[in-house]
Amino acid sequence: MHVHFLDPYRPRRSPIHTLDPRVKFVLTLAFIFCAALTPPGAWPIYILLFALILSAEVLSDLGVAYVLKRAALAFPFVLAALPIIFTMPGVELFSLTLGPWTLTASLAGLERFLSIAFKSWVSVQAAIVLAACTPFPDLLVAMRAVRVPRMLVAVFGLMWRYLFVLVDEVLRLMRARASRSGVSNNPKLKTGGSLTWRARVAGGMAGSLFLRALERSDRIYLAMVSRGYDGEVRAMPLPDLKPFHWVILSCGMGILAFLLMIAYLFWS
Amino acid sequence: MLYAPKPMHIPDGFLSVAVSILLWIVSIIAVGYALKRVSKDLGERQVPMMGVLAAAIFAGQMLNFAVAGGTSGHLMGAAIASILLGPWAAILVLTTVVGVQALIFQDGGLLVLGANIFNMAVIGVSVAYMAYQTVHKLAGGRKWGIFAGGLTAGWLSVVVAALAVALELAISGTSPANLAIPTMAGVHALIGIGEGLITIGALAFIYKSRPDMLQIKDARPVGGAVVWIVGLLLALGLVVAAPLASSHPDGLMWVAGQKGFLDAAQGSLYQIIPNYVFPGISNEALATIIAGILGTLIVFGVAVGVAYLRRNRRATE
Repeated sequence: MHVHFLDPYRPRRSPIHTLDPRVKFVLTLAFIFCAALTPPGAWPIYILLFALILSAEVLSDLGVAYVLKRAALAFPFVLAALPIIFTMPGVELFSLTLGPWTLTASLAGLERFLSIAFKSWVSVQAAIVLAACTPFPDLLVAMRAVRVPRMLVAVFGLMWRYLFVLVDEVLRLMRARASRSGVSNNPKLKTGGSLTWRARVAGGMAGSLFLRALERSDRIYLAMVSRGYDGEVRAMPLPDLKPFHWVILSCGMGILAFLLMIAYLFWS
Repeated sequence: MLYAPKPMHIPDGFLSVAVSILLWIVSIIAVGYALKRVSKDLGERQVPMMGVLAAAIFAGQMLNFAVAGGTSGHLMGAAIASILLGPWAAILVLTTVVGVQALIFQDGGLLVLGANIFNMAVIGVSVAYMAYQTVHKLAGGRKWGIFAGGLTAGWLSVVVAALAVALELAISGTSPANLAIPTMAGVHALIGIGEGLITIGALAFIYKSRPDMLQIKDARPVGGAVVWIVGLLLALGLVVAAPLASSHPDGLMWVAGQKGFLDAAQGSLYQIIPNYVFPGISNEALATIIAGILGTLIVFGVAVGVAYLRRNRRATE
């Protein structure tokens, strides 16, 4: 197995890493919820939210640069909100003339666009910190704690366990295709046959991956049955939250609620 | 880059809270029912089979083929999953895929995860199921029905899901409907061809090696008719609503306002400058600048403070 580069978990010894996964999970969701509820244009609140997540990043020992780099990867979606600058009515900011069209940017539109981009940016950072500081099995514990159906949690767990095996399988399939269909490093050289032929080959690979996965799942099922699996998903009971973690949880929730209250008092 | 974000996954911040919560509720109902259904049909096999197939769809989304000019076609997988597994299992498999993508790879947000599950697992699967079953029936069980069905299911599931994304963005006031809907529909009409072609390729392979898998699924699963109707309604509804909404963006806003979709946050939408005038400073521009500088100082103060505490701690350890 050589695809653990996919796993975003970064082992460190930091206060964020050792925090109970349930607390981390709930606080991350609350943070994203809080960012979503903050009215557009409440810049001081946005800056405070950014300060919160930045402190978490510093505390987590991940390196702020690492988190920001990963956050930038999720950014292209911002294009979807770009037109709002020009379509919202409001005080005219500047206008662009593109051939027959004249685009007029409004201050309200710009404010809304920047709000969306900023909210999205801090939210994705929170999600990155959660994923990078919490091993997946711990996330499953957190999901159980917030009452996600047990069957679904078990499916998630099994998917994670076999994800790397199947990604390896895909890499092997792709290497086999590359070695048999004359792939060149020169992008100008056409490789393989026609477009439909290439699509068909990719489809054949997808189909064979699917069949292999089905057969594998049969073997896994038999292995599970041989060890006494009877359809019931059993798991260790959840340990109690330590008082310290309760304090962290309530402090975090309190700060977020306070920020939201201020936001609604002054900006809505 | 093996793993690139795809335009179908909405990140956090792009949907209004009301739309996110509404779609969470719809998705929870659909996934809850699918869980019950699959538990009954598959029994104990459910956990290993759904888990491994979700991993396969996830990994399969990395399979690509060069299209033109450095772009490549990818697989979403809703069509192939619903053809081979039936609608209920496919909903579970895609929910798992979308959930892990959001939780681990930040491909799509967490608050909007309900919406992403709705678009890809509920819409994608039900529309693909509807399209495949319809074409297959029309072909009367002949061979071309499988491939034509696969092409239609792949293409339609991608396009209708993209329309849903655009409509959700428009209702949230994030993208203007008259731009977002034609753009999303146009781009995904092309992406959908890739999906359809890959689906045909996969079906051709399975038809040759395991034809029994395509025969068994002719037996209609329990509740299949419901999925068929839901798929048809979603496809028709979105295909009709999208052009209407894009030609009357104001109408959409009006409907959104009437239904209470727009959250209270949008009340301050037309307020041009938020009224945070600093005490003692009457010039608004100056006050804004000072607020900005202060805010930045707070951010760095907090960050530096935390870093300092952390360093001290480590020094003492």
